Amino acid sequence: MIKAKDIIKSYGNGESRFQVLKGISLDIEDNDFVVILGASGSGKSTFLNVISGLERPDNGKVSYDGKEITALSDKEITAFRKENVGFIFQQYYLLPNMNVDKNVKMGADLAGNKDYKTVIEAVGLGEKRQKYPSELSGGEQQRVSIARALAKRPKVLFLDEPTGALDEQTGRQILDYICRLQKEYDFTIIMVTHNLNIAEMADTVIKMNSGKISEIYTNTTKKTAYEIGW
Amino acid sequence: MLIGIKNASKLIGLSIIACCAVLICTMFVNFYCDVRLIESEITSEPAMIFYNAQVSTAKVVCLVSGGCLLLTAVVMLLFYIKHYIDTHRKELGILKALGYSNLKIAKSFWVFGTSTFIGTAIGYAGAFVIMPWFYALQNEDKMLPELTIHFYPGILFCFVALPTVCFSALSVYYAWHKLKKPVLLLLKDNLQTASKTPNHRTEKNKEVSFVADLKRNTLKSKKALVFFIIFASFCFSSMTQMSFSMKDLASEMMGVMMLAIGLILAFTTLFLAITTVINGNTKTIAMMRVFGYSQKECCRAILGGYRPLSYLGFILGTGYQYGLLRLMVDIVFKDMGSVPAYEFDVPMMLVSLVCFITIYEILMYVYSEKIKKISIKEIMIE
Repeated sequence: MIKAKDIIKSYGNGESRFQVLKGISLDIEDNDFVVILGASGSGKSTFLNVISGLERPDNGKVSYDGKEITALSDKEITAFRKENVGFIFQQYYLLPNMNVDKNVKMGADLAGNKDYKTVIEAVGLGEKRQKYPSELSGGEQQRVSIARALAKRPKVLFLDEPTGALDEQTGRQILDYICRLQKEYDFTIIMVTHNLNIAEMADTVIKMNSGKISEIYTNTTKKTAYEIGW
Repeated sequence: MLIGIKNASKLIGLSIIACCAVLICTMFVNFYCDVRLIESEITSEPAMIFYNAQVSTAKVVCLVSGGCLLLTAVVMLLFYIKHYIDTHRKELGILKALGYSNLKIAKSFWVFGTSTFIGTAIGYAGAFVIMPWFYALQNEDKMLPELTIHFYPGILFCFVALPTVCFSALSVYYAWHKLKKPVLLLLKDNLQTASKTPNHRTEKNKEVSFVADLKRNTLKSKKALVFFIIFASFCFSSMTQMSFSMKDLASEMMGVMMLAIGLILAFTTLFLAITTVINGNTKTIAMMRVFGYSQKECCRAILGGYRPLSYLGFILGTGYQYGLLRLMVDIVFKDMGSVPAYEFDVPMMLVSLVCFITIYEILMYVYSEKIKKISIKEIMIE
């Protein structure tokens, strides 16, 4: 279980100091599919960075199964990320000089996963393992980044606007892959998006506004990627 | 102007190399020209042998040092222009999309010639400052008649004006050549620029770790940096060993000058090369750290591959200095009776090696600390 308590985060100095997160507290259950919704500047990406251990809050605590990650040293938090979390970003961030296989290996090696090729197969890129990012479409590149994140067998997968750079059809396909793979590999999903429709796929929806949580609700009827609007 | 003096100022390495090359070449060529003027005044045979040895030394030093440094300066210039185009591909692509021709954009690259001008001008002026001491030392035993320093406009033209014009022209031509890419290719966004079209033929099915793969890829993606790392350790090795090994063959001043030039070249090149490696891989490092790779693993992947190459440069430098001194003793000074015997200086080589390893490892430690400071948020900054 992930627990965030009284998270405060500010940027800037002096008069230009701006509080992005204003005391956020929430609990996330294991294997939950959480969507964090909010407009630009609402603090959702900053919150994702803080609970994933990419950034330290100014105040407050984040703990995973009782272990407080905000109290860890840089070295310890790196080790924590290595063992626990995976990331998928809007811009994919693949290594351009490495083919699909090697990009996925980046994640797989961290978990000692020798069977990473099955993940590449699972995202439907078995035939394109030797291709380079520049030879793939946007959707395929995002699938590589999904495979890379899942190959390290994360307990929690963080996604920052994973469909933001994709067209509707490809976006749906990517979301469908993520949902299917969650069932297969058992991990928690925490996704940041501004697309209200994607929230219909989640178990839990957290709405953020001006650095605060404005609403949390549970979906009683979840929709698939092909049932939601766009 | 698309590219300003500020961009050219980043080519300080080129200025330093040009400065060293022109400093050495101006001194020796000026000396060669002046010594030729007194040829008719030489009457004794020992003086003539000494004269011939001095003329040959000037030719060898100019050709070997000048040629070597010129080649390095050209590689550095081309590398920087390519690096500039790779890192500014989007802006250049937009200009092309707006209708700017390749030549019009490439013309702005002439400013890179100013780095050459700064270096050559300082080198030329520096040579004239040192020349009185240099002449006195070259003729310490007064075997030759009194030597007067003359000013040769031809040398000024060849070592300052000509390199500036040539390097400016080369910059424009190379930029024009590199800009001959489709606009969409320049505009295409990537985490980092793929330096080459993927070469599937080189793919092997061997299972190696990601870190080992990345290490190999880092080396392959910027071959010019491999050259610079080898060159840096080559300079350190050859110049430090030569400056001490030749203490019986040349004056102390020559040794000090050689040591200073060697160290300046080695450190400048190494500093620029490693900084470029790290800056060029900032996002890869940030991504690795996001995923949980340790600082040690990041350093191993990005910098580790250069260690064997730097040792290779050291070995090459050792061989070069031995070969050059052997050549001087056996061929250039062969007719001079008073030339001491030259043997390979093993203790000096070992001292130089220990110094090299120590300095290299300290530098790597400093850079690993720099890697540690790379914010993992770099990945989110476009």
